[in-house]
Amino acid sequence: MLSFLKEHKFKFIGYGLLLIIGIIFPIVSPNRYYLTVATLGFIYAIAVYGLNLIVGYLGQLSLAQAGFFGLGAYTSGLLMLKLDLNFWLALPLAAIITTILAVLVGLISFRTKGHYFVILTLCIGVIINLVIEKWDSLTGGVRGLIGIPLPNPIGPLEFKTLESQYYLVFVFLLITIYVMNRISSSLLGRTFRSIRNSEDLASTLGINVMYNKLLGFAIAAFFTGIAGALYASYIRFLGPEISTHHLTFEFLLFLLIGGQATVAGPLVGTLIASVITESLQFAQEYRMVIFGLMLILIVRFFPGGAVGEARKLKVKVTDFYNRRKAGNYPSGPGAGSSKGKLGVPSKGESHVTKN
Amino acid sequence: MLLKTEHLTKNFGGLTALNKVDFEINEGELVAIIGPNGAGKSTFFNVISGFYRPSSGTIKFMGKEITNLETHNFARLGIGRTFQTTHLFTDSTVLDNLIIGYRSKTKMGFFDAIFYSPRSRREENMCREKAEEILDFIGLLEFKNYPVANISQEAAKRLAIGLALVTEPRLLLLDEPAAGINHGETTNLANLIKKIQQSGITVCLIEHKMKMVMNLAEKIMVLNYGTKIAEGTPKEVSENERVIEAYLGGVEHA
Repeated sequence: MLSFLKEHKFKFIGYGLLLIIGIIFPIVSPNRYYLTVATLGFIYAIAVYGLNLIVGYLGQLSLAQAGFFGLGAYTSGLLMLKLDLNFWLALPLAAIITTILAVLVGLISFRTKGHYFVILTLCIGVIINLVIEKWDSLTGGVRGLIGIPLPNPIGPLEFKTLESQYYLVFVFLLITIYVMNRISSSLLGRTFRSIRNSEDLASTLGINVMYNKLLGFAIAAFFTGIAGALYASYIRFLGPEISTHHLTFEFLLFLLIGGQATVAGPLVGTLIASVITESLQFAQEYRMVIFGLMLILIVRFFPGGAVGEARKLKVKVTDFYNRRKAGNYPSGPGAGSSKGKLGVPSKGESHVTKN
Repeated sequence: MLLKTEHLTKNFGGLTALNKVDFEINEGELVAIIGPNGAGKSTFFNVISGFYRPSSGTIKFMGKEITNLETHNFARLGIGRTFQTTHLFTDSTVLDNLIIGYRSKTKMGFFDAIFYSPRSRREENMCREKAEEILDFIGLLEFKNYPVANISQEAAKRLAIGLALVTEPRLLLLDEPAAGINHGETTNLANLIKKIQQSGITVCLIEHKMKMVMNLAEKIMVLNYGTKIAEGTPKEVSENERVIEAYLGGVEHA
């Protein structure tokens, strides 16, 4: 047990910090505005966790993410407004409906690969957005849905105040992180990563690539649907713009800033991006120019994102200490000549090629 | 009989890469497929490992027809393979590479993962044990925590074979296992292949290093322009007129 704790030291410290900061934030927050930003950031982070599963773990660049987010939000909003459903019924229903649609979308779009998949999912996102915008009688079209009710109280727990809504969203975020962490460290996560690495190799190992892609896509859509439903009852107004590709690219930016295929990445990225967005309010529309530049710099120089780069640094530091301790790092099998450093494969020497 | 192909044909547009190939592999054999470049050897492998659907003809494995199954089912039935260019999961360690190879024998799903069920724990241990067993078999156990990018070419070749072995194949297809490694390493690799056969796995390999093929194989099939031109023991094949012609260009027979 002790060795387990030691091995996962960083994970436990991370969880502890998250829990403590998350809980005390509303108490120490100097104004309510920060609380609003954090709550919205957490909602977005849940959706980014969904995206991370598809883009980061499965390696499939899906651009339908905001479409699913909008679908979850509108489904929950409409169920509450038109059918008077309880929030605690509308939320899971919204998530399930989003998941079902995602599976149907996945069945079609996973027949394609690479650029074709990207374009296809982009189109699906656009279609969802158009349906929301044009189906005036149901969705209210461009005027949007107004007056979505607050989450219903659970016994004595009411969600009227900003603080209570913050904690509600925080709990959902924790559940999401827990699930993603479990997936990431289980055989299922390995399966997903093997598909990202090489679909050909995965299928020769007996892995059903199509099924696993669909599964990942479905789990991602489920959480994105939840994020949408939370958004609906938090903002209490829905417009079709929440399902446009602009939001998809923002999610993608958050993910890249934080680090794809990492458990902490989506949250870290979303929070960093939220802080930057708020501090760039003065720049107004020019904000996107700054974001664009940032995106280029990240992709070019820090492809691992904040968390990924930190991890690389950690490997380097550990390696440095190991070398100091051992005098030198032992050489690899049959490697009389010194190979690349641990964790830092030198390009020229990479013996491993892909088709 | 383990694997049997009948009239196996594969066309790519107007090109016939494989032309009505009949071939049999018996349980426990060590078989080699040779032929000049572009003869259709790799295509044959890709068809019998489920990567390509044949244009016509049938494949039978252990008496059952498997011609139209999906790729991952070929592996599940017991056909393991390696690729000509070494295919590995480049961003993980030696051990992690092998762990995923046993995934098709496990059943844990999403709910096992999120609730960390006994089944998921048991199966994760199973995968790890199997991976270590195979690492021991291929002689890489001491390097289990190395990043794959840091091991030598020869070790990477062994690991790729190990990855196929983790799936517990009955038939192992090796596509040019000795390509790009030196003489001494080739001998080691040949020993490994022999050891695999002795452990009860049927092996079929494509190889250009003739000395290795002649020493190892019990039966050889020769392909040229997608057609089987000879089949037999190494001695028979090396004395076959058509084989000599194919390899030397048939100048004398003009």
